[in-house]
Amino acid sequence: MPDLLLELFSEEVPARMQRKAAEDLKKLVTDALVERGLVYEGAKAFATPRRLALTIAGLPVRGRDVREERKGPRVGAPEAAVQGFLKAAGLASLDQATIVSDPKKGDSYVAVIEKPGQETVAAIAEIVPAVIRSFPWPKSMRWGKASAESGSLRWVRPLHSILCTFGAETEDPEVVAFDVDGIKSSNITYGHRFHAPGPITVKRFEDYVASLERAKVVLDADRRKEIIATDAKNLAFAAGLELVEDEGLLEEVAGLVEWPVVLLGDFEERFLEIPGEAIRATIRANQKCFVLRDPNSGELANRFIPVSNLMASDGGLAITAGNGRVVRARLSDAAYFWQTDRGPLPDLDTLADSANKLDLNLLKPLDQRMAKLDRLGVVFHAKLGTQGERVQRIAALAKELAPIVGADPALAERAAKLAKADLPTEMVGEFPELQGLMGRKYAELQGENPSVAAAIEEHYKPLGPSDRVPTDSVSVAVALADKLDTLVGFWAIDEKPTGSKDPYALRRAALGVIRLVVENGVRLELREAVRKIVVNSRRKELYHISANFDVPYLRIGRSHEFIVVDSGDYSEGLLEFVSTQIAPEVDIHVFRIDDGKPPQSLTVPHADAAASRGFPMMADLLSFFHDRLKVMLRDQGARHDLVDAVLAGSPSPLAGEGGIASAMTDEGSRDASGEGGATPHPNPLPQGERGQVGGSDDLLLITRRVAALGRFLETEDGKSLLAGYKRAANILKAEEKKDGEGAFAAKADLQLIADAGLIEEKALAVALAQATPKAEAAVAAEDYEGAMTALAELRPAVDAFFDKVTVNDPDPALRANRLKLLNQLREATRAVADFSRIAG
Amino acid sequence: MPLAASSDPLNPTRSFQGLLLTLQRFWAERGCVILQPYDMEVGAGTFHPATTLRALGPRPWKAAYVQPSRRPKDGRYGENPNRLQHYYQFQVILKPSPPDLQQLYLDSLKAIGVDLALHDVRFVEDDWESPTLGAWGLGWECWCDGMEVSQFTYFQQVAGVECAPVAGELTYGLERLAMYVQGVENVYDLNFNGLEGEDRISYGDVFLQAEQEFSRHNFEHANTEVLFRHFSDAEAECKALLAAGEADTGSNDPSHKLALPAYDQCIKASHVFNLLDARGVISVTERQSYILRVRELAKACGAAWLKTAGGGAN
Repeated sequence: MPDLLLELFSEEVPARMQRKAAEDLKKLVTDALVERGLVYEGAKAFATPRRLALTIAGLPVRGRDVREERKGPRVGAPEAAVQGFLKAAGLASLDQATIVSDPKKGDSYVAVIEKPGQETVAAIAEIVPAVIRSFPWPKSMRWGKASAESGSLRWVRPLHSILCTFGAETEDPEVVAFDVDGIKSSNITYGHRFHAPGPITVKRFEDYVASLERAKVVLDADRRKEIIATDAKNLAFAAGLELVEDEGLLEEVAGLVEWPVVLLGDFEERFLEIPGEAIRATIRANQKCFVLRDPNSGELANRFIPVSNLMASDGGLAITAGNGRVVRARLSDAAYFWQTDRGPLPDLDTLADSANKLDLNLLKPLDQRMAKLDRLGVVFHAKLGTQGERVQRIAALAKELAPIVGADPALAERAAKLAKADLPTEMVGEFPELQGLMGRKYAELQGENPSVAAAIEEHYKPLGPSDRVPTDSVSVAVALADKLDTLVGFWAIDEKPTGSKDPYALRRAALGVIRLVVENGVRLELREAVRKIVVNSRRKELYHISANFDVPYLRIGRSHEFIVVDSGDYSEGLLEFVSTQIAPEVDIHVFRIDDGKPPQSLTVPHADAAASRGFPMMADLLSFFHDRLKVMLRDQGARHDLVDAVLAGSPSPLAGEGGIASAMTDEGSRDASGEGGATPHPNPLPQGERGQVGGSDDLLLITRRVAALGRFLETEDGKSLLAGYKRAANILKAEEKKDGEGAFAAKADLQLIADAGLIEEKALAVALAQATPKAEAAVAAEDYEGAMTALAELRPAVDAFFDKVTVNDPDPALRANRLKLLNQLREATRAVADFSRIAG
Repeated sequence: MPLAASSDPLNPTRSFQGLLLTLQRFWAERGCVILQPYDMEVGAGTFHPATTLRALGPRPWKAAYVQPSRRPKDGRYGENPNRLQHYYQFQVILKPSPPDLQQLYLDSLKAIGVDLALHDVRFVEDDWESPTLGAWGLGWECWCDGMEVSQFTYFQQVAGVECAPVAGELTYGLERLAMYVQGVENVYDLNFNGLEGEDRISYGDVFLQAEQEFSRHNFEHANTEVLFRHFSDAEAECKALLAAGEADTGSNDPSHKLALPAYDQCIKASHVFNLLDARGVISVTERQSYILRVRELAKACGAAWLKTAGGGAN
């Protein structure tokens, strides 16, 4: 069967786009072929800097004929119906129709229409130009004379030629003839820009690949990568060194060459005083070269590996020398940055205010940089103020979180104050990816406590599901503070992630909080942490927004305890959020800064009223955390449905139709009105007061409960109890429909059971009476395994009950009592989780 | 054209001026008008009206010129071997972009002594954008043995207007290229005139003092109060000229009469902004608004240019 070969030859395609473009080309062309009924045996796409290529093997010569039968009117139908049928079916007369007989309906006309399949060549000639015209490049351009007219062809860079052949192995393939904006398809390609620029005539894929290879083009990017990786490792090995592998760089470099030639260059040893990460960053980012390390010490070596696109006539000496010069110039810059960042800033006298505000020591270089960051008023986000303000918030929170994570509050505060200090350094300005790391180096050099220095680097972590989670308590405190401040801030201004858009990486931040808490075993109540952020920002005016001075501000609060909101950024949510955090006895004044008048359109929620509503974003933020937790568990292969079950269980006030959100709001308001936060270690509570206990904001507890529940459900006891629960719940559901919601909510009448019940009924009543308080007590003591064990004790009684007892007894009193018993079972499991939310 | 003998002081590998003259000759032979630098302070050759304005409108255009470019922030008091606050760009603009523009560029490298069998020349993605000019294009930085020696751009939009047809723009960093072909590590060591002994003039002889003095000026002494005023003045003057040059309503000549003088004021505002930026007196938030103000001027000038003969209006 014939094969298709397609090549789109252009000026240099950006490396980062090549792989996806090849895949897109394959998908678009094959989809369009299949849509026309042209199925194929196999397809593969390739990309080099100058070409996209596609081979599709095993296509038919032409599509299948299509035979269609169209039913017409019965024989003897009125003339108008017959004419309509002939017209619709495209027949000249009734002679061309056949007559079919049906015993019931009688004879009627049928038109048989046969459409011959389209020639594959013709289909390709239609498909390929359409694909080219609508190709999904991330960015495309116009060029040349044609660009004077609107609607001219767009491509990623100027497209020069199109090769398109189709034919069987045994014959000379034909050129599929078409024309895209003046570019005529042909069987011609071109080789390496410098080694073989002339035209090459091609038949099909096999000789195409071989011809290109002779013309110094390796078509397959993966093969180019392999060549580069192998040669680089060999060169390194020969020099007694080891390649620092870098998959991202390898992929990029393979997209920059058609014929990779790997070389080895060096630079002066004195540059090795620069931190290795900075050397690697500059050589990688600016020169796209690999670096090498000493396999014994692990330290970088003064060598680098450029990958050229040329078999130079001098063996690459000039190329290596040229690359070396640029590397040296770059390293000179880096050395200058490394030097400068450790010295004093020239404009120290202007930094005193900032230093005072942040309690910085201007004798130390990194402190100076932080003061400078504050003084420059670098904006973190227009609605969330400057980096300086943000650092103050983070420092205040880190200090308060410190005891919870077991850190020294003073160290946590100090680390937070220096955490962003490397942002205005020269090195980080040049290599943003070194943020944190450089801060740590500079902190070590100025003699900071090792935990402080480590926290400066580690507070950004974890950067994703596979990144390492810091364990040093100071790092944990600052990392949590940084992420929570970001999350609360963006929630307060209502810039939450939507769909695929998450420009501030808030999902990553929330996952980071979860992993920090869970992997370090930190008992953090998120609501309380959020309250702290809010209170701190009120007290210190940290949500002060300094925008243009001629914009009227809104002031909220009393005397100088106010929060300033740029009226342009004013949002109901922010105001409400703010007002809940002001004690109820304080009147809130809102006025414009320019004329002191209250804005016309503004209604200020009174503190009491607002407090009763709580921080409306709290519920939303918590459920965001819960969602992230589910995603994390799912990615780990755990059962994320158990998260919902646990959250809806009794000790967190989340059961019932109101769901998570309403319960959270209640919690929030309680906090806000100053009655104190959730009780950290809830005592067992009587039935009626369930729903008042915290827990849904303690991510560690949730994951522990989920884990315990998961293990329990793996056991025979667990499976059986779940089955029993489902059975009880189904019966109750059915009977509650007849008798009404809550008809069986009361406790079963033990006397009645004693008098008239079966032995299994009595056994269940006894088991429930024993297991329920045990389970609740165990949950209260955070002994989830214990709670599960207590519930497991119910299993024999439950099994036996369903085995022997007819729930719907003819005696209404017995029936109701048995249903009450089942309801007690349902409630008992709730101590651990809402079993109705468990899938399966 | 065969290369001059290597003893020729004007050989592009021997002197800075030889390099410059060779490029001028090369592009003159390919139909470009060879212009002289624009007589105003600009940050890049792109600001020359021969590029910014001529890139707009339907009329074909081929030009090449040297443009001294001022980047006040890049001053290093003459102490950095690679960075200058004043340097030369060689600028080529071809509208519409010819189909063999990449080859023409490679030929120009050959002409200045880059042996393409010996050196690794690469086109590496670099999309160009000038926020102040409201302009963007797609293209590459051109690498020679890992060093960026040129920018290669297909203009897609200038002054907020779609380019039709598209112009191709080449910008050669002359000092870098000269350092490369002369084999020099420090820009100040470049041989400027190609002579030896006491007749030799180096790049440092010509420019070192200027780099030192202008670095002082850019970072320490430029009077920011005056500069702020200059910015406002240039902005106001630009707007006034744009208004004054508009055709009267009902006039049978709808062309704009003052597009070029208005654009000069836009250039001025842009340079003053760069100086203020170097002095560190523009905060991060303000910075954005200044860039926006210059862009508004550039856009209005582009629109005015399209109403002139040069812009293809009649």
